Amino acid sequence: MSATLEPPPARNYEILPKTDTDGSPLDGDLLEIAMGPQHPSTHGVFRMDVVLDGETVVKLKPVFGYLHRNHEKIAENTTYLGSMPYTDRLDYFCSLTNNWAYALSVEKLAGLQVPERAEFIRVITAELTRLLNHTCLAGFLLQDMGALGTPLMYAFREREKILDLIESLTGARMMCNYMRFGGCRVDLPAGWLEGAMAVVENYPRFLDEFEALLSGNEILMARTQNVGKLSKELAISAGITGPMLRASGVDYDLRKVDRYGIYDRFPFRVPLGEHGDVFDRYMIRVLEMRESLKILEPALRDIPAGPIIDPKAKLRAFKPKAGEAYGRIESPKGELGFYLISDGGPNPYRYRVRPPSLINLTILEDMCLGHNVADVIVILGSVDIVLGEVDR
Amino acid sequence: METLEQIKSRAEAAVPGARLELIRNDAPSAQHSLLVDNEHAFAVAKFLRDDAQLRLDYCSNATGVDWPEAELTEKFKVTKLVDGVEKEVEEVKKTKRPAYLEAVYHLYSMALKHGPVILRLRTEDRGDKNHLPSLTLLWRSCEFQEREIFDLYGIVFDGHPDLRRILMWDEFKDFPMRKDYVEPDDYEYEPTPHDDVLAKVKQHREAEAKA
Amino acid sequence: MANGQRARLVIRHSSFVIFLMDEGLRNELQKQGIYTVKLEELYNWGRKNSVWPLSFGLACCAIEMMAASMARWDLARFGAEVFRPSPRQADLMIVAGTVTKKMTPQVVRLFNQMPEPKYVIAMGACAISGGPFKQGYNVLKGIDRFIPVDVHIPGCPPRPEALLHAFMTLQKKIDEQKLTGPNRARHCDPDAPSEFPIPQFGEHDLVPPSNPNVWKPAVVVRG
Repeated sequence: MSATLEPPPARNYEILPKTDTDGSPLDGDLLEIAMGPQHPSTHGVFRMDVVLDGETVVKLKPVFGYLHRNHEKIAENTTYLGSMPYTDRLDYFCSLTNNWAYALSVEKLAGLQVPERAEFIRVITAELTRLLNHTCLAGFLLQDMGALGTPLMYAFREREKILDLIESLTGARMMCNYMRFGGCRVDLPAGWLEGAMAVVENYPRFLDEFEALLSGNEILMARTQNVGKLSKELAISAGITGPMLRASGVDYDLRKVDRYGIYDRFPFRVPLGEHGDVFDRYMIRVLEMRESLKILEPALRDIPAGPIIDPKAKLRAFKPKAGEAYGRIESPKGELGFYLISDGGPNPYRYRVRPPSLINLTILEDMCLGHNVADVIVILGSVDIVLGEVDR
Repeated sequence: METLEQIKSRAEAAVPGARLELIRNDAPSAQHSLLVDNEHAFAVAKFLRDDAQLRLDYCSNATGVDWPEAELTEKFKVTKLVDGVEKEVEEVKKTKRPAYLEAVYHLYSMALKHGPVILRLRTEDRGDKNHLPSLTLLWRSCEFQEREIFDLYGIVFDGHPDLRRILMWDEFKDFPMRKDYVEPDDYEYEPTPHDDVLAKVKQHREAEAKA
Repeated sequence: MANGQRARLVIRHSSFVIFLMDEGLRNELQKQGIYTVKLEELYNWGRKNSVWPLSFGLACCAIEMMAASMARWDLARFGAEVFRPSPRQADLMIVAGTVTKKMTPQVVRLFNQMPEPKYVIAMGACAISGGPFKQGYNVLKGIDRFIPVDVHIPGCPPRPEALLHAFMTLQKKIDEQKLTGPNRARHCDPDAPSEFPIPQFGEHDLVPPSNPNVWKPAVVVRG
């Protein structure tokens, strides 16, 4: 049988045209594509102007603003409390941590104290949000790699369990509007702690299952290892924060550095990456979920009784003294900060959101250069952006 | 971390000719800031980044603030001799604040885990003299944030590698975050008790009646 | 397909087979296992049960749209789980989220690229009217200023159940569409527009700020 097989005839490249119709050389032409703002994998209305040499990226410029909803301008024309529901819509996966960052900044500005029970509730809801965000991120990242549907379905199944908890606490699935300056809006409903404990106790099983399916998967490793490497020095200079920074090996977690809230009471560790590639970023998030569970268990167990809001805190006619404050927390995406300037009036004079998603995109081009187009999608997925926060 | 006074005197010693001013902040947060002159801002910022004791290697937040011309009234109590008796009299002092745009940088150190040191830069006015030195070459994180300040406030950062509009489209002419920005009249009926919206309604109806 | 040229289904004599058949005969035939329908009914029945949405998320509502297509709510029950990334293959545009002025030309262009018959669901307060962000300088106060909307879903964001309800409403609407006569559906009317003008970026606002042929706001009677 093998005797009949002959190698295919060599293709005669001489007869192919070497020049375009206008005489310009065909080789080395660059291809410019605008990926987005409507693209199935850009996580919203994000656009990248990519220049390709064949399949290789030689230039990449992100284009923003397709979801610029003027949050800051609206906030400067409304009261301090009036901006709280808007913060929900910044990073719409993690409305509770957004609430916390804003409340923390106003508390710094006005010098309010938070009762202990409220601090516990804040930690619990923030860590639940972190679980939710990282779970969904893992699902989306796998979706970007071509695992259409299944991992995302698993992720959304777990998301619904946490959303049910959040809904029974705050009354809304996504837009919670839960925290207030100096505490929280409502107390935990009856039976909530048991329900939360059940979710937390079952979560490691989901993580084990998820990891058994994915973390050692050959395709996942081939697509992510050594892709989109980010060096320590560049990460620090570019102000990268959150899991992306820690995947590059920089030990900087605001829960440990600033010790805001009551995070110094819980035994948790900060996982660090070694290579700074997409795989590290994926693994850091999985490990952070396991650490979040270590915070949640004692927090749900030890939560004290007591008031949930500072009795001195005013909700209406709230006018902090003239001055300014910058408060920041470790949101699931990175450092979320609010910079407020008060002129003594009922509205903030300047209201600025420091969006981790936007600043984490600063080095997108540096990470993508030299990679293939398909890798760009995966790298973008590993940055973990939400356009509501990027464009505000 | 050192106090801001110490940082100020050391920066002035390290960068000859630099004029720094300490801006106090009376809010409970007590985050005071340093105002730097534009000429030496880059050198001072470089000193803050590279100094072994400070090592402010991480610029977390860069933002603009608009300060239009305003008359500030300050009330303070003075003891005076009135008809031979010492009395506490309230006096009002009026000062004129010139118009300027401001860029604020919040610097932290990831290596030494301290901060923030707040740096302020001010333009000469809100018109043509709206230039500031860019700090993007020191901290990459300023790249998009300075573009955003340029887009929304109209501060031109000299030395920025790629200063374009970032959030609004390129044809856009206004600077929407400035306090005197007038937004286009695309009003739609809205039942609301807010006075400013109702004023807008009135304006819109007058324009409608004219047309 | 080139711009302006649309494949149109123009059915002029859809009811000629059954004009003799009365309801009694129809029931009688059904008992024997013979089902008779109008072509219009058959056509609408097929269309309404395979609405393919454009996979197109703008903001927060897109997450709830995704949640609706996941296991818990299972949009597949309505034959609408096939989210198409290309507008050329989609029947339905779910405008899920805030439409900013910078995004408006792209939304209209995507809608123009969809082949007829096509439908629009405005999901959430922002897509209807600008919602909480109505006061924003870069926020379009409702996508119905530029393209015709079939179903509005209020909410911020609407729950997945609300999206399911919108699907059922849309199915009902498709079911009732006439293929002939003066009230026939847009895609059966060669004179009705299937593409809408795309606004340009101006120096202060979009030019024009709305399409007067599409957007006809309710007249407020002032006492």
